[in-house]
Amino acid sequence: MSIAQSAAMDRGGPAQPLLLVQDLQKHFPIRGGLFGATVATVRAVDGVSFSVLKGETLGIVGESGCGKSTTARLVMRLMAPDAGSLIFDGEGVGQNAQTGGLPLKEYRRQVQMVFQDSYASLNPRLPIEDSIAFAPKVHGVRDSEARGRARELLAAVGLAPATFARRYPHELSGGQRQRVNIARALALQPRLVLLDEPVSALDKSVEAQVLNLLVDLKEKFGLTYIFISHDLNVVQYISDRVMVMYLGEVAEMGPVDAIYDRPAHPYTQALLASRPAMDPGKRREEPPLTGDPPNPINPPSGCRFRTRCPHAEPVCAERKPAAAALGGGHLAACHMALPGSGHSQAGRLAA
Amino acid sequence: MSEVLDRPTTEKAATVPLVRMRDVAVRFVTRDRTVHAVNGVDVDLASGEVLCILGESGSGKSVTMRALMRLLPKFAKVSGRIEVAGRDVVAMDEGTLQDFRGSDVAMIFQEPMTALDPVFTIGQQIAETVRRHEGLSRSAADARALELLELVQIPSAKRRLAAYPHELSGGLRQRAMIAVALACRPKLLLADEPTTALDATVQIQVLLLLRRLQEQLGMGVIFVTHDLGVAGEIADRVAVMYAGKVVEEGPVQAMLRGPLHPYPRGLLGATVQPGMRGKRLTTIPGAPPSLDAAPTTCPFAPRCPEVEPACTVELGPRPRRPVPGRMARCVHVAGG
Repeated sequence: MSIAQSAAMDRGGPAQPLLLVQDLQKHFPIRGGLFGATVATVRAVDGVSFSVLKGETLGIVGESGCGKSTTARLVMRLMAPDAGSLIFDGEGVGQNAQTGGLPLKEYRRQVQMVFQDSYASLNPRLPIEDSIAFAPKVHGVRDSEARGRARELLAAVGLAPATFARRYPHELSGGQRQRVNIARALALQPRLVLLDEPVSALDKSVEAQVLNLLVDLKEKFGLTYIFISHDLNVVQYISDRVMVMYLGEVAEMGPVDAIYDRPAHPYTQALLASRPAMDPGKRREEPPLTGDPPNPINPPSGCRFRTRCPHAEPVCAERKPAAAALGGGHLAACHMALPGSGHSQAGRLAA
Repeated sequence: MSEVLDRPTTEKAATVPLVRMRDVAVRFVTRDRTVHAVNGVDVDLASGEVLCILGESGSGKSVTMRALMRLLPKFAKVSGRIEVAGRDVVAMDEGTLQDFRGSDVAMIFQEPMTALDPVFTIGQQIAETVRRHEGLSRSAADARALELLELVQIPSAKRRLAAYPHELSGGLRQRAMIAVALACRPKLLLADEPTTALDATVQIQVLLLLRRLQEQLGMGVIFVTHDLGVAGEIADRVAVMYAGKVVEEGPVQAMLRGPLHPYPRGLLGATVQPGMRGKRLTTIPGAPPSLDAAPTTCPFAPRCPEVEPACTVELGPRPRRPVPGRMARCVHVAGG
């Protein structure tokens, strides 16, 4: 449980990204008609690549239907991707050990997940102590030891074991249940924790408590986070790097300051401008974007954002924009960011 | 409550206010337990004014609003005075209520999919409302429906009249629900977290639309939200609720800059805002009180960082008004 221990598990060294995701793709067929033929395809995740460095927090933001939760489920391997690969600390996930791969069971021990719905993700018939001890027992830890660890973890997430260990999920508040979920995710001593909207269902005052807890636990256990949220302020608060998704693709990615201070993609700019002002003196008169995000069934050709983009030109419909490097690991998939792309404002943003 | 009666008369109070709630309390009484959801709320709303009721889950904000429209179930015991445009809502019989709802007061909800009828088209639902309340002919009602869809800025409105709710995207559905609510030009619009389920880029569109409609139609709006940012975009005045009481009330600018009561202060500190990276968030320790008994003294005292013996003595605590237009129920706030 100590940092020394997790360092001992560090096989690839500090420079090796903890997780490399390459060209991840997941399409869901929609069947219909007389013979159940595929009539359409939801392109939920379409060629997403990113890396997560050791000890950092990668924030993923986007609106509903952008593929952020599907990405999380693919990374967790709760569903199999159609294409693409996961490399965890230098080892291919799901390959057998002889070829230098990491078996799925071992991978899942090192990667754990916390979901938005704190009630649905706990077994209502198990006291929370047993819920936390369940996974270690599956992985071969003795019962008494697993319980002892569960109690330690309850204390670590701020729930006094003597009071809470034997309680059932319905006896806890939303914030307390989310703490239990976090404790359970940590029970296997994972290195990577996927947090899928972990504070979205909580009240503001409880949200702040859980965010503080996540920051503390990260330091205490030497964790790496992937933090998924639709709340731009929360993502800015907790992340080191941020990835913005739109309709199954990565729109922009980079260090948190670059994304929030110098957003290059028109979608990121609009998303940031959509935040309520918190100051009645600075109320907006016009919405930054009109319309809803389009349906991920049959997304627009070329750049998927072009149907809502104020700068769209013919080139945007013809070609999918390649990711333009803006320096310092800041990437934007926009023709305007890429010199020589054929867009009239191309290269204007290049550093 | 007596302190309300001796409130200094302002310009707005001189005419008949649109909404006047006095000492409203709501108890949910079941065989097993009684929950004191709302414990003595006073609300005033002038016509053409936007009031945000801000609070966390269980603070009684939605219950207060449902009491205003008499939408609570039978086992809810409501006491106190509720008047809308000078009419006593509590005394209305079922028939009067049905005319009152929809024509004088309309409500929009967080989830349009459950508020709209799935088996009727948007056009039918608007036309039905208009014909029921205003007795228009079918063709006149259809014309009004089209006008309303254009008013709420639904693109290709004519085609959308024939659409069923499930055929619309979340943002359009929310606009359609607003159109149904506005069908009979209500004087008062009640909005219960109407933008909470929407994406960021759509939420701001709906907020701006509501603000524009409110100005255009001169409606009074009571807007329930848990989001300080949303209140900042839409409110004229804000009332913060905690444990079924309004603990602070005032103009939105002043409330967001410097709340008087420790609870909204804590809430503001716990809200993640840009530029807080790396700083530790201030939190409010503990949890809201159980409402099995109505709080008699300050309900926030057990969690309050500034608690002192006086907090657990004074009943209420009584409202203080340090400057005109602002009120806080806290013993630390000066003023009578």
